[in-house]
Amino acid sequence: MKKIIKMRQMTNYQKGIIRKVTARGEMGRRIREMGLVPDTPIQIQGRAPLYDPVAVKVRDYTLTLRNNEADQILVEVDILDEKQ
Amino acid sequence: MSKKKIRIALSGNPNSGKTTIFNALTGARQHIANYPGVTVEKKYGRTNHQGYEIEVVDLPGIYSLTAYSLEEIVARDYLLDEKPDVVVDIVDASNLDRNLYLALQFKELGVPLIIALNMMDVASSRGITIDTELLSHMLNAPVVPMVARTRSGIKALLDKVLEVAEREHEWHPELISYGGDIDQALDEIEEILQRSRFYDEKYAPRWLALKCVEGDDQVLRLMEREPILHDEIEAVCRRVSRHILNTLEEEPEGIIADHRYGYIAGITRKAVKRKIQSRLHLSDRLDKVLTDRILGPIIMLVVLYATYEFIFWASEAPVAWTESFFEWLKEVIFLVLPPGNLRSLLTSGVIDGVGGVLGFVPLIMFMFLAIAVMEDAGYMARVAYMLDRVLRWFGLHGNSVLAFLISGGISGGCAVPGILATRTLRDPKERITTILVVPFMNCGAKLPLFGVLIAAFFSKNEARMLFIFTLLSWAFALFSAKIIRSTVLRGPKTPFVMELPPYRVPTLKGLAIHTWERTWQYIKKAGTVILGFSILLWAVMTFPQLPQEQRDHYRAQRDSLEKAFLSHAQVRGLIHGKKELALLDKRFSSLIQDKGKGKETVQTDHPHSPVPALAEAAFRLKNGGRDLVEGMDPGLIKAAKVYLDYQEAMAQSLAFERRDALLHAFAGRIGKALETITRPLGFDYRVNIALIGGFAAKEIIVSTLGTAYSLGDTDSEEGTSLSDRLRNNPDWNPLKAFTLVIFSMLYVPCFVTLAMIRKEASWKWAGFSVAFNLLIAYTFSLFLYQVGSFLGLGL
Repeated sequence: MKKIIKMRQMTNYQKGIIRKVTARGEMGRRIREMGLVPDTPIQIQGRAPLYDPVAVKVRDYTLTLRNNEADQILVEVDILDEKQ
Repeated sequence: MSKKKIRIALSGNPNSGKTTIFNALTGARQHIANYPGVTVEKKYGRTNHQGYEIEVVDLPGIYSLTAYSLEEIVARDYLLDEKPDVVVDIVDASNLDRNLYLALQFKELGVPLIIALNMMDVASSRGITIDTELLSHMLNAPVVPMVARTRSGIKALLDKVLEVAEREHEWHPELISYGGDIDQALDEIEEILQRSRFYDEKYAPRWLALKCVEGDDQVLRLMEREPILHDEIEAVCRRVSRHILNTLEEEPEGIIADHRYGYIAGITRKAVKRKIQSRLHLSDRLDKVLTDRILGPIIMLVVLYATYEFIFWASEAPVAWTESFFEWLKEVIFLVLPPGNLRSLLTSGVIDGVGGVLGFVPLIMFMFLAIAVMEDAGYMARVAYMLDRVLRWFGLHGNSVLAFLISGGISGGCAVPGILATRTLRDPKERITTILVVPFMNCGAKLPLFGVLIAAFFSKNEARMLFIFTLLSWAFALFSAKIIRSTVLRGPKTPFVMELPPYRVPTLKGLAIHTWERTWQYIKKAGTVILGFSILLWAVMTFPQLPQEQRDHYRAQRDSLEKAFLSHAQVRGLIHGKKELALLDKRFSSLIQDKGKGKETVQTDHPHSPVPALAEAAFRLKNGGRDLVEGMDPGLIKAAKVYLDYQEAMAQSLAFERRDALLHAFAGRIGKALETITRPLGFDYRVNIALIGGFAAKEIIVSTLGTAYSLGDTDSEEGTSLSDRLRNNPDWNPLKAFTLVIFSMLYVPCFVTLAMIRKEASWKWAGFSVAFNLLIAYTFSLFLYQVGSFLGLGL
């Protein structure tokens, strides 16, 4: 089963596909030009020691974003995957 | 025959190997300047190829061609204003999609483009195969596969540059479809533009239209010059924006970015083949350890501490060499020139100034080397990633921590290389804030003063006090950053959308060039300012000079001391005349300097001269008292005692003269005048003078205090005796000492640091720094001293 959640809610090493980017303005632009656009597959790589920022694998490279930025990216994930 | 000239611009994403290619193309023939009005560096160099002279400009690394960051504006303005013959876009083949996002925008702008497809080796090691011919065909631009680290492809790139430069003169903007709504709006705006007289050669109308729809500030401001045009275009933009929001719940710029990536996906789907790989790349495996929740911070602390230790350990010897060179130079001038203002200017003004500049060079060189290694290796980004959560709260960036450490975060360091270390910060507000607060850290030059005061008043808890001072300096720096970021440098937090580049082994050539060019810039730019300051401070501490009669008085005093010594009953038989006395002084001071191992051998007229023995006896007597001189000739011991008394009286006389001269000079007068303001802090004119001297270099606070409290310099360790004197002075108490520590920790950056602030930010910020630091220092010291006095703490 598929479900759409915020990127912040994803667990480490979970995979997903971006469905929507709700960020606007400069932040929206930054996020998009780094390649986080709808239909892009991503995988969470890890989190900084204080659980923020989050590192995510996208398009063959690793990107870091703060949690409040990750909140503005909606990702489709497999629920089964989540339970594992 | 004059050579044909070509200008090319190198552009590309950060971490795409742009600098490596620039170094490979131009070698050491590089120059750095700043783009007009901004602190972004402009690097350029030259190379020759097949009879052409090629000028290469290295544009700042960018991800996109919008007008949001300074780097993007600078790169875009350069392309539009200078119209280089060829733009070489360095593309990381192992990270093709995101790198092509910029390439696509170059196509839309229409520049004559070559794609340098770098890091082909990394790509193939990751199972990525790229059909370069097909890629070239689909992008409609030449593609040169390269491995810049091994120089492979450099010649092919130069050949291609010549080919493109010969062929193309016109810019050909590419049309990309952004879907019906936006395309229609672009057509309309293009049409509006073309019928206005606003349209000129500089910008392609389609590109301008696209920027209008994207809401590009710079282009919209340009349009405002023609209000009617601007209104017409704005109407179209607003319409399409509303329509897209209604139908797709998006902004136009979002749709545009989505289409660009869609376009790229269309290309890479055909031109790129990937073997599916499940194993993690080496870089990812390293990250599992290096950014681990528990191991990560520990390793980071170790790395940062090791970096700090390395910088100061490696520069220790070279710094000592430069210091002793300048000491030697001073001695030479002392020998060559007669006493007077010229000699004083040369030794205390010019040499101290130049020495001040060059003395920092080894420190700065190793600091840049260490930073270059961490940056090129990709570790710096991990530091920022791990520390972001903490430093964000203070309005700083994760990378600020390095500047803090180098400036004295572990007690002992230097703000001069610390300020240069802020170059790793890209956001100007975070950078300037960091620059402004690092002078609060306890640099090595503040430590002697802390040492003296701790020894005098807190001798029971020496280590603990120093630790408290270190914590206090961190607290002051961080909270001041918070204050600055919520007042004068207020602004939204910059998005932290940052790449973690793959770990790489830095190239030696890159490190060498990087380190040297920055060090040279420091010498060139900071040198003149520092020299000027140094001479000014010398003048303040020297003029006006003591009136002649007072100087004569002291000279007469010393002459009679000398006469009395030479005619003393115990001495008469041993030392004959001034010449031998001078030899004795020389021998004695060399013993003191070398702690008894007296390297200097004294040539005397008599082979059995008593000078060395007498000097030795005086030295032992002074250091160890009676026990050390046991067995020596009693007459010699008595003479040595007389000599020590004479030495002390001479030093006392010199010290009093120096003190009177200092009080008489501008510095003394300013110190006196400032007493009205510093009284509530417990500081009298003597402390004020020392603090004025500390503006030249914080070490000077201790020596000036020594002069102001008229200490002779016969004591080998001035510090100890100053401590004693302060402890026994009824004016002093632990509260006053603690207040002075806090005040000197905060009050003003030394002038070398100020010169750096001016260079890295501006005169305005250097001035702000002085005012802000004085305000903080005064407020806290006042609070501390007044509350402390009221409560009777440490009195």
